[in-house]
Amino acid sequence: MSDSTLADRSASAKETPGRARAPHGAPGSSRGGAASSPDTPEGPISTANTAQGEPASTPVRRPGDRVFRGTAVGAGAFIVVLIAAIGLFLLLQAVPALRANQVGFLTSGVWNTTDPNSLQFGILHLLWVTVATSVLALALAMPVSLGIALFLTHYAPRRLARPFAYVVDLLAAVPSIIFGLWGIKVLGPTLVPVAEWLNRNLGFVPLFAQGNVSISGAGNVLTAGVVLAVMILPVITAVSREVFERTPKEHIEGALALGATKWEMVRTTVIPFGKAGYVSASMLGLGRALGETVALYLILSGTGAAPKLSFFDGGATIASKIALGAGEFNNELTAGAYIAAGLVLFALTFAVNALARAIVARKKVSA
Amino acid sequence: MNIKRHGAALGLAAAGALLLSACGSDNNAPASGGNSAANGVNVDCGGKKQLTGEGSSAQTNAIQEFVAAYAAKCQGFDVAYNPTGSGNGIKQFTSKQVDFGGTDSPLKDDEVAKAAERCQGNPVWHLPLVFGPVAVAYNLPGVDGLVLNPETTAKIFNGQIKKWNDPAIKALNGGANLPDKDIVVFFRSDESGTTDNFQKYLQASAKGVWTQGGGKQFKGGVGEGKAKSQGVSDGVKATEGSITYVESSFAKSAKLGVAKIDSGAGPVELTDASAGRAIASAKIKGQGNDMVIDLDALYSSKEAGAYPLVLVTYELVCSKGYDADTTKAVKAFLTTAAGPGQDNLTKVGYVPLPKEFRTKLEDAVKAIA
Repeated sequence: MSDSTLADRSASAKETPGRARAPHGAPGSSRGGAASSPDTPEGPISTANTAQGEPASTPVRRPGDRVFRGTAVGAGAFIVVLIAAIGLFLLLQAVPALRANQVGFLTSGVWNTTDPNSLQFGILHLLWVTVATSVLALALAMPVSLGIALFLTHYAPRRLARPFAYVVDLLAAVPSIIFGLWGIKVLGPTLVPVAEWLNRNLGFVPLFAQGNVSISGAGNVLTAGVVLAVMILPVITAVSREVFERTPKEHIEGALALGATKWEMVRTTVIPFGKAGYVSASMLGLGRALGETVALYLILSGTGAAPKLSFFDGGATIASKIALGAGEFNNELTAGAYIAAGLVLFALTFAVNALARAIVARKKVSA
Repeated sequence: MNIKRHGAALGLAAAGALLLSACGSDNNAPASGGNSAANGVNVDCGGKKQLTGEGSSAQTNAIQEFVAAYAAKCQGFDVAYNPTGSGNGIKQFTSKQVDFGGTDSPLKDDEVAKAAERCQGNPVWHLPLVFGPVAVAYNLPGVDGLVLNPETTAKIFNGQIKKWNDPAIKALNGGANLPDKDIVVFFRSDESGTTDNFQKYLQASAKGVWTQGGGKQFKGGVGEGKAKSQGVSDGVKATEGSITYVESSFAKSAKLGVAKIDSGAGPVELTDASAGRAIASAKIKGQGNDMVIDLDALYSSKEAGAYPLVLVTYELVCSKGYDADTTKAVKAFLTTAAGPGQDNLTKVGYVPLPKEFRTKLEDAVKAIA
């Protein structure tokens, strides 16, 4: 016990730089920081290095250093090249189809790729369903995840917290086709009365107005959003839990010593400390929701009608549309149309991640 | 994933078991009955041990039946069929990757030329070995044996008829108690040969009513799309007042109502016999042994007692130009497929071909050199 507080104290001595780095993202970085900080021998060595290593100009390099450096740089470069290659592939495949497209790709909702000589495809409707399902999922999952993560780190008895965390993680291991089947066979019919009630009583709000598919069929944005929320729950929870767990003990003890109640302590120390990590966890979840395919492929009812910007719209997301068409990519132009849609999804996910980074960075500055 | 895979393995095992038992009885029957329709086909086994095929996923189950029959006839011989879709089948066949291709629609002219190149300058033949009946399935409690004609069907699927008690439907169903209910149309949201054939059918048979055209995407503009045959049949099952088009095996296993079709000579129920009758009377557009079916004629046929709404799929083979080993094996396999292989197709949801049609196919297979 005293050992760990000591380690914590030493960690908090480097608090400012450590803290700046920790929320930078994902669990990996914060975990890495935590792992190195209690390891006291490493601290002095690095300071010694900067103190005397610089003038000597030839720091000691062992083969292990070189190998490790090589693999680390290699791994970093590999992922960058890989992502660039994916982007390039999508772009190259999409361009011929986009050229042959007879309607506005970004401004139309028609999807008619049967005849490669008169391709008509636009992603407007797909984009709406993609964004609507994902945002709804996020709105539902974020508060619940926050609750679970706080419960696990600060409320649950230690003995219960660990198995409970495993159970939540287990949710992430369920194949998405299972979620899809559950969504359309079990959850959908259960949600129908709720949907009908919402439609009846709040129908004047456009989001709850009659959509372009029947409410009783349940293959709509609402069902899809709820299923997606369950699917991204473990992702957000796991990451937030890791971050909340790293709240410096001194802050917590300080807050408690000043007479804060548990809730006040959580509000004044844990949440400010973990906010950036929590936001970034949510963006990770949003990324997953945007790209989810099979579950939505099964749940969403297709339709030829334009969406009414309601939760009771059907249609397809970009990813599920690609899955629907994937069986019959008989010529390159048709395939290119779907790949162009994939490119938009790629860009969208990229934008979401960039936004998350920006939020985290701003938090870091203000903190 | 695992569950699915196990399910598939189980299904396969079950199908295999069914098949084995079926084959057992098949082999006995002709011996005692003397009618040698099944066994009389002389299958000349030999050549390449394992043939390869690729293409249409609509005929997967039928090919599995064929392969099992082939393995029973010719010990130690096998066919690997990869159901990756018609487009891929054509591609792989033309580029010599597989011995035969499977496709839902006949080759276009430029594809025919390319395929001929693959066969060393010899023409490629379409052999229509697999026919799948498509049901117009509905869920309307209290109404059995709904009768529809092509025009009414087309109007339902493009939204011109919106209520079950529409006068057009009433006129066809004299005594039925049709409710004042909205018709909910379900369609396939994925790209599918079933949609393609159904739309072609409406185009050919419902003169002028279906103006939306064909293709693998549903163009009716009404209703709700569901993925795969299972999806649409589940949708209809769960929704009163709904209707869809789906392979008859799905309609049967979901216990949906199947509409009788009145093409002009009275309502016809969907049975093996009525579908077989339509196939027997189908006109062949191709020349000689290239048996491309004239779909327009088939779909607009007014033959009494024939159910014309069937999905036609072909095997693509070279008329000549295989090496000797492959020729022998291809002929043996196709002879089995056109003969004893047809006998068990009902179980997996296809129409067993009528006798005369089998003979035509057998002649074509014999002519492969």
